[in-house]
Amino acid sequence: MLSEHNWVLSVGTFLPLVGVIIMLFLPKADEALTKAVGIITAAATLAVGVFTLIQFDYDRAGEMQFVADHEWISVIKSSYFIGLDGISLPLYFLSMVITLLVMIYSWNHVPSPGNPKAFFILMLILQTGMAGTFISRDLILFFVFFELVLLPMYFMIGVWGGENRQYASLKFFLYTMFGSALMLVAFLALFFKTGAESFSIPYLIENGLNISRTTQIWIFGGMFVGFAVKVPMFPFHTWLPDAHTQAPTQGSVILAAILLKLGTYGFVRIAIPILPEAAKAWAPYIGALAVIGIIYGALGCLAQTDMKRLIAFSSVAHMGYVMLGISTLTSFGMNAAMFGMVAHGLITGMLFFVAGSVKERYHTLEIKRLSGMLLQVPKLGWIMGFCAMASLGLPGLAGFWGEFPAILSAYQPADGLPVEVFRAYMVIAAIGTVFAAGYLLWMFQRTAFGEPTAEFSPGHGHDEDIHDVNKFEWVAWSPLLIAIVVFGVYPQLMFKVLDPAVGVTLKAFGG
Amino acid sequence: MLSTIADAAWSAPVIDYHALAPEIVLGGGIVLLLLLDLFIADAKKWVLTPVASFTLLAAFIPVLTLSLSDGGVRSLFDGRYVVDDFSLVLKGLFLLAGYVVVLLSADHIREGDYYQGEYWFLVLSSLLGMVMMASSRDLISIFVSLEFLSIPAYMLAAWRKRDSKSNEAGIKYYLLGVFASAIMLYGMSLLYGITNSTKLVDIGAYLGSDMSAIRAVAVLFVVIGFAFKISAVPFHTWAPDTYQGAPTPVTAFLSVASKTAGFVALVTVVYVGFPGSSEVWQPVFWILSALTMTVGNVMALKQTNIVRMLAYSSIAQGGFILMPLAAAGEQGVAESALRAVVTYLLVYAATNLGVFAVIMAVSRKTRSGEISSYGGLFSYAPGLATLMTLFMASLAGIPPLGGWFGKFAAFQSLVSAQNNWAYALAIIGGVNSVVAFGYYGSILREMWMRPVPDGDSSPVPIQSSLIVALAITGSATLLLGVLPGIVIHFGDLAGLAGAFGG
Repeated sequence: MLSEHNWVLSVGTFLPLVGVIIMLFLPKADEALTKAVGIITAAATLAVGVFTLIQFDYDRAGEMQFVADHEWISVIKSSYFIGLDGISLPLYFLSMVITLLVMIYSWNHVPSPGNPKAFFILMLILQTGMAGTFISRDLILFFVFFELVLLPMYFMIGVWGGENRQYASLKFFLYTMFGSALMLVAFLALFFKTGAESFSIPYLIENGLNISRTTQIWIFGGMFVGFAVKVPMFPFHTWLPDAHTQAPTQGSVILAAILLKLGTYGFVRIAIPILPEAAKAWAPYIGALAVIGIIYGALGCLAQTDMKRLIAFSSVAHMGYVMLGISTLTSFGMNAAMFGMVAHGLITGMLFFVAGSVKERYHTLEIKRLSGMLLQVPKLGWIMGFCAMASLGLPGLAGFWGEFPAILSAYQPADGLPVEVFRAYMVIAAIGTVFAAGYLLWMFQRTAFGEPTAEFSPGHGHDEDIHDVNKFEWVAWSPLLIAIVVFGVYPQLMFKVLDPAVGVTLKAFGG
Repeated sequence: MLSTIADAAWSAPVIDYHALAPEIVLGGGIVLLLLLDLFIADAKKWVLTPVASFTLLAAFIPVLTLSLSDGGVRSLFDGRYVVDDFSLVLKGLFLLAGYVVVLLSADHIREGDYYQGEYWFLVLSSLLGMVMMASSRDLISIFVSLEFLSIPAYMLAAWRKRDSKSNEAGIKYYLLGVFASAIMLYGMSLLYGITNSTKLVDIGAYLGSDMSAIRAVAVLFVVIGFAFKISAVPFHTWAPDTYQGAPTPVTAFLSVASKTAGFVALVTVVYVGFPGSSEVWQPVFWILSALTMTVGNVMALKQTNIVRMLAYSSIAQGGFILMPLAAAGEQGVAESALRAVVTYLLVYAATNLGVFAVIMAVSRKTRSGEISSYGGLFSYAPGLATLMTLFMASLAGIPPLGGWFGKFAAFQSLVSAQNNWAYALAIIGGVNSVVAFGYYGSILREMWMRPVPDGDSSPVPIQSSLIVALAITGSATLLLGVLPGIVIHFGDLAGLAGAFGG
């Protein structure tokens, strides 16, 4: 294992907290200063991220790099054990990019009731939690970071959200907390069943094999609920539409782009490598829930009248593809899933940005009240069209490389999994893509084409806020738009980082 | 009879003054307070506050030197009074908690026109009882310490003389406390009758694991006596009324220091006195723990008064502390259970005192104890609201705040027993910790998401003593969650558990 520059990850993870401490002492009234400090902190964090990206040894992407292992809570045999490999790197880096972009966007978009100081501080704490989750190599450390994102997001939705914010935030919190409680019990069971020696993931991967199959299946079940709530998988998804709809734009973007990935990441990093036998037993059921999620999400989308709620349901469908890829337990499927996670982060994050800007201009997200955006705000309209195309999986854009290989991988799942069942899943998932094209194009068509509706047409007094994309939006959005194209045209850029690490993860399944 | 006592050769016991230094300093401070109170004019009575706080800090110094000296376990009076790591950690906790209570009380007592001298005298006396409790290893010294710490507490609860609620608080606390003492004393007398000794080690050796009905009754009565002290359900009925009626700093004192003392006594008696009788006390703790956390939580959910809600919350927290004891008799669990209890007590003390500090600061402005009076706190007092958020999150057990580690240690110890009873209790505990967010979250919701109830959003004035209290408790809560290793490093608790058959 490489351990040069082992300070890099700790600095990258905890730097946002330094910004938080500085911001605590800034006067609340000086909003520009607090925002600036927040953005500078996020930018500095991203700089550390870029340094990590440069220092990362791509020829050994399957191995843990920048490893650090320090004593933390020795009594419970948990240590501060961190590292980064090809699977964590894209998500770790993405979390830094998204946080910075969201903060830039927030420069003149702090949602009501204002108070940018608290808003920026919460985003920085979120960043620490997200980055920390992706580098943890110890289950307790993972758990602490995993939970760290809970309160900031709760407040973000509950304070700065829409009308139903209190209900949505509480629902989000209770679902996640219930999931984590079961997850923690599963972690403890794992700890005792492997001899109560260590919480370190490599140790557990080595010793998890010795647990009896029945016990494995129970432990996996606990983790499954914890991670599936976060993903979210059908039938644990009901918190998501509420949370997304009520959250402020920034909250929705972070939620879609990063937080949902904590769940899928947990499957790939913890549940599957440590408990391979149980993973095999669970895989057909996970696959089934995944395709139910795809179809259910798509049908849900077709029934929505609110743009943001529609995007939220499309998230359920997209995460269904990711979980389908994971459930095949093949290198092909897992690669697709990992790619899909990043692509979904970029695209759906972008869609939520657009939805937020539409709301700001039209003060509504009701699809039937919107029309003719291409005439009134052509740039915003086209960006929305572009994102809708990317989201439905148009070849040449990033979404395609998450969706198409995931479907394809179900044709030939790992040895020991029921082939016919997975082929049936493949067919259903493929039908899902048709629905996806349907609802996304339908949404785009209804909102962007045609003439502006009477209430928003010029001279009716409701159009004073309607203007095209402003410069903060350009700065925040361009990196995402570029990335969607770059990864769409040249997916190898990410696959070559992912593939070796996926191979290591699936060692127990013979590659 | 007198002549036989007179004839027996009597040699004075060798006294280790270093080991007794914390108690001696406290005792000296108490006498000083009484004398000062007699001789100084009313206008100068404020002097008593610093005297009280310096006494506590001075008593803390020998606790530090004792824990740094490598003399090992210091056993006094024929093993009836022991100074080991376990007792030192808890003495430190009592003294620091006492110091924070002094900080909380300072302005409250002065402004309220209370009897200052007597107040400090009673607080310090009660603390002396607690400090003695941590070292007592004999039925008589345990009982004396218990009364020593309880009787001043009864009077403190009724301190607001003209307030009928405060009187009710004191009377209820007193009557039920005395009732509990009687039950315990009956159990103790049975124990003495059976074993012919009041020394816990001898009792433990004599009882062994041989349980006849009379022995089981004796053990049961002692345990139930302490269950009153720690307000375990169904012996909790005094707590909500007493907490609500007593002056707020006194409530903080009762819910933290007095409760901790109850747990300390319970743990000492069970670990040293009844190590072999686990078949009697394990099921009792299982039932008490499950009932306590469930009933405490459910009752807390429907409270509208914050102090009353905290009373039920503190009952529920007691259930979590009891949790590892329900499996402490199993092979290899004893030590981790003890460690979990002590860790939990430390975290709980820091967090709960912090909560009361915030309550005192806020209620000075709002003059209300309703949960709804916290509406919009974040908009006009962001610092207090943030601290309250940290404390509530800690009580709810959300990482990375102290409470999560307390809960985690309790769960880990319980599950390590690896039997179905332990798993069942762990599940009950897990469900309860999610339910608990219902009421802790309601305060967060008020502070962050609701408007200011009467539109008065002028800033909250905070006295400097409260700032110090908030700084101590806030940083302790955060630190215990991020680096819980420091607590365990404080004392390897093997002394108590290991030496007596754990």
